[in-house]
Order: sequence, then C-alpha cells, then structure tokens
Amino acid sequence: MRISTFWYCLKQGVINICRNILFSLASIATVSACIFLFCLFFSIMVNVQYVVKNTESTVGITVFFNEGLDKNKITEIGNEIKQRKEVKEVKFTSAEDAWSEAKKEYFGDMQDLAEGFEEDNPLANSSSYSIFLNDLTQQDELVSWLNGIEGVRKVNYSKTAAEGMNSLNKVIGILSMLIIGILLAVAIFLISNTISVAAAFRKNENQIMKLIGATNYMIRAPFVVEGVIIGLVGASLPLIAIYFLYRSAVGYVVTKFSILSGLFQFLPVDAIFPYMAATAMSLGLGIGFFVSFFTIRKHLKV
Amino acid sequence: MIELWNVSKTYEAGNKALRNINMTVADGEFVFIIGRSGSGKSTLLKMLLKEVEPTSGKIIVNDMNLGKMPRRFIPRYRRKLGMVFQDFRLLKDRNVYENVAFAQRVIGASTRSIKESVPAMLKMVGLSSKYKFFPQQLSGGEQQRVAIARALINKPEILLADEPTGNLDGHNSMEIMKLLEEINKLGTTVIVVTHSQEIVDRMKKRVIMMDRGTIVSDEKKGGYTYEN
Repeated sequence: MRISTFWYCLKQGVINICRNILFSLASIATVSACIFLFCLFFSIMVNVQYVVKNTESTVGITVFFNEGLDKNKITEIGNEIKQRKEVKEVKFTSAEDAWSEAKKEYFGDMQDLAEGFEEDNPLANSSSYSIFLNDLTQQDELVSWLNGIEGVRKVNYSKTAAEGMNSLNKVIGILSMLIIGILLAVAIFLISNTISVAAAFRKNENQIMKLIGATNYMIRAPFVVEGVIIGLVGASLPLIAIYFLYRSAVGYVVTKFSILSGLFQFLPVDAIFPYMAATAMSLGLGIGFFVSFFTIRKHLKV
Repeated sequence: MIELWNVSKTYEAGNKALRNINMTVADGEFVFIIGRSGSGKSTLLKMLLKEVEPTSGKIIVNDMNLGKMPRRFIPRYRRKLGMVFQDFRLLKDRNVYENVAFAQRVIGASTRSIKESVPAMLKMVGLSSKYKFFPQQLSGGEQQRVAIARALINKPEILLADEPTGNLDGHNSMEIMKLLEEINKLGTTVIVVTHSQEIVDRMKKRVIMMDRGTIVSDEKKGGYTYEN
C-alpha cells in the first residue's frame, strides 16, 4: 500500500466519523463503557488472584501423628508427601520446636513460668508437617490422601479460606463475563449501525469508485479505518480513567483502611497497567476492525 | 475489440432486456446506440461494465471473456473502461480537481502522478481555470466535462457514455460530442447511448438501433431512423 493511499483511507475514515458524529460518539461511548468495565473487573480479578496466591503461601495443611510413632516412620511419611506434585513446600516441626514456639507465644518475656514443664514437654506428641500447596483447589484431594496414611492422627486445614477465595474469583469472573458480554453486544450493534449509516452517506461515492475500478479493499478501507478509530478511542478513554481511578482508589483504601493492609495487599498500578492496556487496546481494535469489516462486507457487494 | 455472441438477458421478474444480441465494435470506433426507452441499451452498457451478467451468450472485450473473469479481476478490467452518465455523478463535496483526482486516488495512483495528470486532463476538457470550483458552481456542460475528465484520467481503452447530453442544452450537447470525438481521434473506442436525433444525424458515425432487446439496424454512417 502506498503511503498516499494509506493517508487517503485514514482521512476518509475520519471524514466518515465527522459526518455521523452523533452515531460515532454513541459507538465510542459504548465501547468505552464496555472496556471500562473490562478494566475494572480485570483490576479486581488480578488483585483477587494476587491475594489468593499470597494466601496459598500462608494457608497450609498441618499433619499430626499418632502418639509414639517412630521418627523413621514420620520421616518416611514426610518423603511421601514431598513427592506429591501438588505440594510446593513441606516444613517439619519437631515436638521441641513446637514447645519452643508455644513458649514464645504464651509466656512471652516470662519464660521462667514455663520452667516447670522443662522435663515433661506438654507437646511431646505434636511433631508435625506443615504443607504448602501450589494451588489451593487441590487441597481436598491431598487432605483425603493424608487422612488415609497409617500413623496420621489429625490433619488440620482451612477449608473456608480455600473455598472462599476460589468461589470469589469464580463469581467475579462469571459476573464480569456476563456484563462485558452484554456491553460487547451493544457495542457491536452500535458500531455496525454507525458503519451502515456511513455506507448510506457514501453510496454514490462507492458506486463511482466501483465503476472506476477501485478494489473492494480500497472501497472498504475507509469504513474499516472508521471502525478501528472508534475502537481505539473507545479503549483509550477508559484506560486513562482507570489509571488514575485505580491509583487513587488504592491510595485511599491503604490510608483510610490501614487495617486491611494486613489482610490484603494491592498490586501497584504500574504492575497491572501494561497488561491491562495491551488487552484493552487489542479488544478495542478487534471490535472496531471486525465489526466494521463484516458490516461493510454485507453492505457493499462490489 | 468488443464482441457479443448470442447475448440474452432476462431479469428476475421475467423482463427480457436483451434477446440474442450479436455485435462487434472494433478498436478506435465511435458507435451510437439508439432506441426507445426499455430497448436494452443501458443493460448492454451495464454488461460491458460487468455490472450485470448475461443470462446466456458470450461477451469478449479486448480478448477477455467476461463470463469467465474471476471477481477479483473485475476492478482491474473496469480500469480499462471509462464511464460517463447522464446525471454526471460528481462528488458534490469536492472541487473539480478533487473529483478528477479521486478517480486516480482510488486505484492507488501516486500523489506525483496525480499532480501531473489531473491538470493536463483539465486542460484537455477546457476546465483549467475552474479547477477549484465545486460541481454546483458549474453549468451542466461543465459538469459533464468534469465527468469526462474523470472517466479519461486513468487512460481507458473504451469510453462508455450513457445519455451524456441528456441533461444539456443543444449548444452544450454539441460541445460534449465534439470533445468525445476528439477523444476518439486519440484512439479511444467510444460507445454513446443517446436519444438525441440532432447529434446522431450531425456526427455521421456508426449507429446501432435497438428495439425490444434486439438489434434492428446497424449502419456505418447512419442517422436517426425511428420516431421518438
């Protein structure tokens, strides 16, 4: 394609937008709304996943053993656990370690109060393995396997934490897909309408182009340019808004609700924005290109 | 060369526009096609432009069988033809220069080539001084000159004109016909569909007369032989 032809198509695309400015603005607004919601859910989901990942590294399964179980047997069980593919990390806590931790936790600076137990460790049968998983969804499977091992007395795990995080992620995903889907359909309808109106405006011109010997591509290009511009502008506006909104929202939550910072850590805007911008721009470009391409194909049987 | 072999066209509604047409137009010829409304003249031009397909028969233009031409070759084929209409079909939002340049632009010509050829073409049709005018600022004759310039700018081998003087007065009509004759003298084949008895009688060119979809006469230096 010649540069002059490229500029010609670009100019005609802009002229099309200006000719039906109201339709074009309505299309841009709908694409913007669609992509704004996409970015919003994207931010929420990425942060939830981040929290889930953090939780996965802190929420673990603890395995206790039958009273008087041989140390070699415990080590053997530990090796078996380590070989499971869903297991990320296994930490062994001996009865002595457990008692030492408990002393720190319960007696603090008054360690002398615990001296009476020195010869008789109250947690003598509390040696355990703390298991951390690669993925919390595999927790149930591993727990039932652990319960089946001979010598295992008790398996402690937090079912609600795993299930809560996973179902929250699922609900947000489904909800966002649903809303984005509806908005996407509206955006497709509006862009298609805008392109149809532009095609009607240019009917005479297209007819002349056809008879002069312009290729299909040359006739359709200004309409595709129009769709692409609508898509890209529609994607850029919400991205700018989301960038500042996210930054302010995170700043606000962190300063006003500092108690939450212990529970959740938000991803900084710079960490998520490049991915969000690339996805949103591709989405805008894709919607604009494909909708205009197929609409004008339907209208212009060249 | 244009050849039509047993060409017929029946529209979907059952209307028979052309019935078994056979004709040949040599390179560089000037041909008038005359006939009453509905005699099939415009359908014939549309077939040559490959806007309408014949129901049966064969059309060969410059050794190309139009019936066997793949769709993707149609734009390239149409660049070998120039088309002039009764209602000019100019773009009202563009000036004379832009209307003519448009024809080059849409086939992907370079800006340099456009800047060279458009002024030369406007000079040829006598509109050099009015290149900045918009169609509504021009007379009918001038608008038709712009349309002719646009049809010729891509150097077509064949010029098809559908009632080019239908909206013009006698003086302007003769001016346009003189221009078409000059273009023909430069080697372009010209086919003109017209109702104008005065023009046909004065020009003394080949005249093909059609009636109800058939060719009823074909004279080398003919005249207008039917009542309007």
